[in-house]
Amino acid sequence: MSTLDAHLVVGLDGFRLDIRLTVDAGQVVALLGPNGAGKTTALRALAGLQPLTDGHIRLGGRALARVPPEKRPIGVVFQDYLLFPHMSALDNVAFGPRRRGLSKRDARAVAAAWLARVGLSGLESRKPRELSGGQAQRVALARALAVDPALLLLDEPLAALDARTRVDTRASLHQHLASHEGAALIVTHDPLDAMMLADRLVVVEDGGIVQEGDAASITAQPRTDYIARLVGLNLYRGKGSGHTVAVAPGFALTVAENVAGDSFVAFAPSAVSLHPERPSGSPRNAWQAIIAGIHRHGDNLRVQLDGPIAAAADITPAAAAQLRLVAGQAIWAAVKATETRAYPA
Amino acid sequence: MRRAPLALVIPAVLGLAFLVLPLVGLVVRAPWASLPRRLAEPGVVSALVLSLQTATLATVLCLVFGVPLAWLLARADFPGRRLVRALVTVPLVLPPVVGGVALLLVFGRRGLVGSWLGFSLPFTTAGVVVAEAFVAMPFLVIAVEGALRGADARYEEAAATLGASRWVAFTRVTLPLVAPGIAAGAVLCWARALGEFGATITFAGNFPGRTQTMPLAVYLALETDLQSAIVLSLILLGVSVAILAALRDRWIG
Repeated sequence: MSTLDAHLVVGLDGFRLDIRLTVDAGQVVALLGPNGAGKTTALRALAGLQPLTDGHIRLGGRALARVPPEKRPIGVVFQDYLLFPHMSALDNVAFGPRRRGLSKRDARAVAAAWLARVGLSGLESRKPRELSGGQAQRVALARALAVDPALLLLDEPLAALDARTRVDTRASLHQHLASHEGAALIVTHDPLDAMMLADRLVVVEDGGIVQEGDAASITAQPRTDYIARLVGLNLYRGKGSGHTVAVAPGFALTVAENVAGDSFVAFAPSAVSLHPERPSGSPRNAWQAIIAGIHRHGDNLRVQLDGPIAAAADITPAAAAQLRLVAGQAIWAAVKATETRAYPA
Repeated sequence: MRRAPLALVIPAVLGLAFLVLPLVGLVVRAPWASLPRRLAEPGVVSALVLSLQTATLATVLCLVFGVPLAWLLARADFPGRRLVRALVTVPLVLPPVVGGVALLLVFGRRGLVGSWLGFSLPFTTAGVVVAEAFVAMPFLVIAVEGALRGADARYEEAAATLGASRWVAFTRVTLPLVAPGIAAGAVLCWARALGEFGATITFAGNFPGRTQTMPLAVYLALETDLQSAIVLSLILLGVSVAILAALRDRWIG
């Protein structure tokens, strides 16, 4: 079994990475986080390109922390692929098998088979500069997989691609990851890539893990502003008691759940309604807000609100026209208690 | 198009004239009529052959030791690296005569290293090669180090993740990547070695057929026969221009 069990501690000037990771054989885990969170440092530490300050790396029971990169059973797909520019696609893929002791002939046969698997038959003799972005990505994937790694590492595998190529490449990458028998770890700042490619998400911020779980549980109950913004939710943290959570000085939100102590409250921007006067009627959260900005968001408009709490509201262009919304305007915002989600922090 | 300011154009043209005029003078004053006869003189041929041989050997020597030195300066992290880089460039600014004297003190019969060697280097053809390599190696090291710094070191990391040791990564990935830089450095190095005078005459002397290279022959001819000096200079100029022209498109510029 090639299960990864790692505790990565890396101290760099003014930055400290400290995360624990486990990935089972056949599993795909995404390391998701904003730029500068330490994702790439974690990947480099696993590959042996960045020495650990402390901690351990075990892969299939074997301790790797002191093993040089060329002796680790790990394949890496780098963000900008790093295909050797002076070698053909075939020689790039054959490079790994050749280093693992195969004869030139056998290594090239293995490489040709891998290029065929990623759908690049016929492009064997192309130099990297003669390949499109999507093709280069697949050569890089084939090159990393050709050494039959127990752990496959992918650093922002789709970041360098344009939007159209990205969709196709993501689908084919998903297939190859599914048929890969070893463990796989993807580093990405794109929540869509993470959710579509990985079985489990590990969210990293400022060098530490802030949340992990499957896509559904993370999107349902985000625990940091970063994740809330990723999944498009308004998120607040405060003291809960009964059906209210005090999220700002002198300001509490009424929620459907019964909570006590430190709690999160989340609601979607589409749950926020805007009114010229204080709304009356069913139990609502209503507060006076100032419009900080308005921009297009899909078919709707997204209104950024300042006030006791910062919030985003999605409204239709028709409603916006009716309300004559402009930046700087004072307005009433309302959210039904039933449209909020409250959960312990 | 905007006009270039005269304050820049005038000195630039004067500078160009300063560089080109002496070469034009050489060509104009050359004894073209007697050129074929003078070229065939045994002294000229042997000096030319010796020059080409020693400059090439010196370049090989510089490649063997200079490329690893450049790699160390560009890639390895060790204490005193700045000092080592400064030391490497010393022969670049050192008057070659001083280099020659220093070589004598080290490789001479009673020198620091020379007394251990079983053979004598000074005043031999091998001594010419040593003197030329001493003066020319910094050119190669600096050019190759620049090329290595310009090459993305992460290719070596990619090679490592594919199972390549640092040596294999160097020979299979880095070396091919910086080959143009090495070639350019080797050409500079060779050209410098071909023109070497001061260190050579000090360390190896001026013996026709053994240590008398073209620049030394030019100097000697200047004392006795100006026409010969011009012819020898013309040959050196021709060889330099030919090398530059042959390599310009491929490696330089």
